Amino acid sequence: MENLKKYLTEKVLLYDRDVLPAETRKVFQTITREKYDYPVVYVSSGTGGIIAGSGKTASAVKSYLEAYSPGASVVNVGCAGPLNYEPFICVQLPGKNKLFFRNITEEKVDTILDGVFHNDLPADELLGQQGTRDYGIWPGVPFMEELPYFAYQKRCVLSNCGCYDPESIEEYIARGGYRTFVKTIRYYTHEEVCSIIEKSGLRGRSGGGFNTGTKWKSALSSGSQARYLICNAKESDPGSFADRTILESDPHRLIEGIAIASYAIGATTAIVYLRAGSKLAEKRITGAIESARDYGIIGHNIFSSGFNLDIIVRSEPGAFVCGEETALIASLEGRRGMPRLKPPYPTISGLMGKPTVINNVETLMNVPLIMQNGPDWFRGMGTEGSKGTKVFALSGKGRYQGVVEVEMGTPLRMLVELLAGGVRDGREFKALMLGGASGFFLNEKLLDTKIDFDEMSLKGFSMGAGGLVIIDETTCLVDTVKYYMNFIHNESCGKCIPCREGTSRMLEILENVIRKPRSEDSLTTLERFKGVMQLQTIATVMKEASLCGLGQTAPNPFISALEKFRDEFEEHIFDRKCRANVCRGLRTFSIDVDKCTGCTVCAVRCPENAIYGTRLQPYFIVEDKCSGCGICLEVCKFSAVIVK
Amino acid sequence: MMFSITVNGRKMPADKGETILSALNRNGIKIPTLCGMKDFTPTGACRLCVVEVEGRERLITACSHPVEEWMVIHTHSPRVLKARKTIIELLLARHPDECLYCVSNLNCELQKLAEELNILERRIRGRKTRIRLDQSGHSVVRELSKCILCSRCVRVCEEIITVNTLDFVNRGQKTHVGTSLDRDFNFTSCINCGQCIIVCPTGALHEKQNIAEVQEYLSNKAYQKVVQYSPAVPSIIAQMLGIKPSRDPESMLNGILRKMGFDKIFLTGFGTDILVEEMSARLEKKMTEGDPGTIYFSACPAWVKYVEQSGDEIQGDLSALKTPQQIIGAIIKSHYAASAGLNPQEIYSVSISPCTAMKFEAARESMTTRGICDVDAVLTVRELAKLIKLYGIDAVATEGDQADWPASLRSSAAVLAEVSGGLTESVMRCTSKKITGNDPGRKPFKSLRGTSSFRETEIETGGKKIKAAVIDGLTGLTKLRESLSAGKQYDLVEVMVCPGGCINGGGMPVPASKEEIRNRARQVYQNEEADPVQMPPSSPAMFNFYMKEVKQNNNVSAEKILNTTFIRRDVLL
Repeated sequence: MENLKKYLTEKVLLYDRDVLPAETRKVFQTITREKYDYPVVYVSSGTGGIIAGSGKTASAVKSYLEAYSPGASVVNVGCAGPLNYEPFICVQLPGKNKLFFRNITEEKVDTILDGVFHNDLPADELLGQQGTRDYGIWPGVPFMEELPYFAYQKRCVLSNCGCYDPESIEEYIARGGYRTFVKTIRYYTHEEVCSIIEKSGLRGRSGGGFNTGTKWKSALSSGSQARYLICNAKESDPGSFADRTILESDPHRLIEGIAIASYAIGATTAIVYLRAGSKLAEKRITGAIESARDYGIIGHNIFSSGFNLDIIVRSEPGAFVCGEETALIASLEGRRGMPRLKPPYPTISGLMGKPTVINNVETLMNVPLIMQNGPDWFRGMGTEGSKGTKVFALSGKGRYQGVVEVEMGTPLRMLVELLAGGVRDGREFKALMLGGASGFFLNEKLLDTKIDFDEMSLKGFSMGAGGLVIIDETTCLVDTVKYYMNFIHNESCGKCIPCREGTSRMLEILENVIRKPRSEDSLTTLERFKGVMQLQTIATVMKEASLCGLGQTAPNPFISALEKFRDEFEEHIFDRKCRANVCRGLRTFSIDVDKCTGCTVCAVRCPENAIYGTRLQPYFIVEDKCSGCGICLEVCKFSAVIVK
Repeated sequence: MMFSITVNGRKMPADKGETILSALNRNGIKIPTLCGMKDFTPTGACRLCVVEVEGRERLITACSHPVEEWMVIHTHSPRVLKARKTIIELLLARHPDECLYCVSNLNCELQKLAEELNILERRIRGRKTRIRLDQSGHSVVRELSKCILCSRCVRVCEEIITVNTLDFVNRGQKTHVGTSLDRDFNFTSCINCGQCIIVCPTGALHEKQNIAEVQEYLSNKAYQKVVQYSPAVPSIIAQMLGIKPSRDPESMLNGILRKMGFDKIFLTGFGTDILVEEMSARLEKKMTEGDPGTIYFSACPAWVKYVEQSGDEIQGDLSALKTPQQIIGAIIKSHYAASAGLNPQEIYSVSISPCTAMKFEAARESMTTRGICDVDAVLTVRELAKLIKLYGIDAVATEGDQADWPASLRSSAAVLAEVSGGLTESVMRCTSKKITGNDPGRKPFKSLRGTSSFRETEIETGGKKIKAAVIDGLTGLTKLRESLSAGKQYDLVEVMVCPGGCINGGGMPVPASKEEIRNRARQVYQNEEADPVQMPPSSPAMFNFYMKEVKQNNNVSAEKILNTTFIRRDVLL
């Protein structure tokens, strides 16, 4: 192990020429198990995999291999594919291409591995193969990169995700890692790095879209001695999990990105600001930092370059608003996570009053790639104003969920129809929620918008941090807007009036809209209408006058949904109807006299005792008592309950 | 560097580095604010001062944004007015609407803003906040439902008073101003200074009211009603009632109090005289004996509680002298009661003070004699003003009157004590006279007068150097500690929790600007110079009553009247 470390440091990291000698590449092939004499099984072990049971799968694989092929190894890798394929495993036989299987739960392990080892591939679980095209091919098995989920992606940031053991620094180095960083600190000045990044046109990936290089330059040119770099890895929007996946699958490249960025702005301390709940991500990134420190990649006087760097991992106190730059800084300083006024911007006065650059995980992941391949490579991808690629977290009612990466300029429709595979179960597409809790609802027409900062802002929305939720016809938009409003209302820090009071009022008005009409008298009806009349005013004032991004963007879901799906709102308000039959207060249940057999199941289960009747005679529902819970609908075996 | 900006279509001069708000104010444009306080960094929480700047997508806050040359500002465009109005409406949606029953009725900034922005209709309705009333504190009552979360009290408590009792608790709609672990006030580190009351724009924070109680006793014939008032009270009351400055406020107040039904009127200032006399005696003793220790004043009740709860070693160095109010209180219930032939129970003793912490002080166990409080009720200046209104007393037509013997006279030292540093000044003069036998005169101690939070001075008298420090607001405490750890030594240290001293006490009328406080201080210094009696011992009351009757009374020891004890307080810090 010590020898390997010495070898990798001296012969790889400190090797001066760009192309490594053939002998080194051979060592790499052993480390990455490309040339390996025993079978290797890769088990996906991200949070998504663990939830699906990949831990048990891994131990089942281990016990199978112990009996079958003692030299074989099981490797935990990050998450690569669609999350609904978890647990995702990959089997590599010596001299053969890798084979990928989906949904391999514990009990399926034996059959699958039996099949692979005896050349009888199980068709249901088999996804495809990956590797060379000349030898080692499994005949008749499609190549992974040809599957639509992968074929339409351009995986740059995610290129390592699911390919290597995130807990092994050797494997990362063998895949070309950390050489760029070492080269950067040895041969480039701070200004040069900033200029390269600025020239590449990399823009912040957390939604604002500010040029990263320019931001770095502004921090670098400040006169202060101490500067800080903060990697904002706290994503707490409902429906975004891209950063966490990256941290779990490829922590080393993130560290490399952080290290290069810290060098560029002259920071000697970098902080990874994590979401408190992401235990696995925290474990992986902390482990990665430890091993990088062990290799001397971070620490004091790194490879005699005179550059010192320490990376600290900090967990946030558990508030959505702490994703906002100034609130993040406040929470790091040990104060209540509340945003403060800007200017001064953090690049001038941030953590402890020192210039601080805060970058998103995805932004930093791009940095080693740009330094390695040059700014022109990066400029070659994307559109006029937005270069490179963008990572999205796909979730919702699409066929596939997962973290995907596409080139800038790709229309959103491709994400929905090809990467997510359209809407599940043949249902109708209704809306796309873009950008998390304070994002936007887009209708079908807007799907042709290209993924581009400028085009999106022209059309009045933004991609946010890249959360993408597909909503189908069975979802009620008023209810969804209410859900997001409730989230923001709970997460508002309470400092400024428009956000604190505005979110609550909007939530209350929305609650009124979907409240049961029967419990309403004429005064409350009038109030409901009055409330609805004020929604737009409150939303505008919140947008224009709130202190921080949270409040300014909080009405976005409402405003965009009202704009694009006005008819659905009007139906709720005027007709008191929910077309998706989701809003409890607006549902009315009745029993079909012809179908009801009088089995009494619904009457027994009804929590409100609203169902009456005589045994073996048709029952009926007393509407005044009904709370709209829908249990009768679920329990009726004769489809006699009708919902309107 | 001056340049011009365009505001509402007109050119206006602005200075580089100032905020938009100050530029506008200087040019005669008023912008409403709610969270802003002078001399504090703006938080931008209320968003009321938003203005429209051309080229900016969103409205920006005038209180925080530096003014720039290119700016074209609209301060009262429809967009801005709509935002301001909606913000106030949003606040009112949840507000309890108890204006008619509120302490701050007609003195409420929210009320004023609603009126200014012409809010005539409830457009936005919201679920009302659950009434949460915390009256567990001795001095401060919190009504959280009325709180609009402007954070002024939090900032004052943190930045000026530095006890950090108040902070935000919870998130979203549940956010409120709370204490450690959200406990009630009596468990907390609150030192009852009442500065939060002064800054509160609504009625969410107010003093614990004793008006009803005092009223009840005033109409009860079974008791003798005795009142004492602090030297800071008369001029402020005169100001609140709109009395011409030419009239002597003290005699006027005496007249008012008599009309109200008080039988005897005493001056707390006489207690201050006793305090100064005793303190200077101790200082003289210390100086002649060459004792190296420091004597800390214990005349500020908020400071005493601060020491008791902080577990600081200073507690041993506190002078253990009661506050002037309590000295007079003890005299009333012992000497005065005996001379008037009354039981202490038959006397109802009220004190009028500019301080809210005095309410706490009067309720201390060590301030009782055989279970009877020395002072039964403490009224703040604000409460007194209300009481005067309640009794329908026309101050202008009220004739002046005299206070009653024995505590009817005071020296100028008592006036000076209302400003921080004043006590030290008087004690130093007295000590100097005691040591040298010469009257040092009224030469002001320039280094003790000012606004900095830590002031020190040194005088040489009779071959001895007396060093004194004045801490004006608890922020000065850190500077004192720095000085002490740097090896400096002080013979006398005075601490006033409220910056400026008692003239800025928590019981004074709200709101008080810095200029107002400075004016009050100037007034005090002028009064002091105009006062005929300068040294406490030369006051006839001291001479005839204190020296002869109190000091040489064998029934009640002077010790008992003058001294108090301190305890350790375990509070949530």
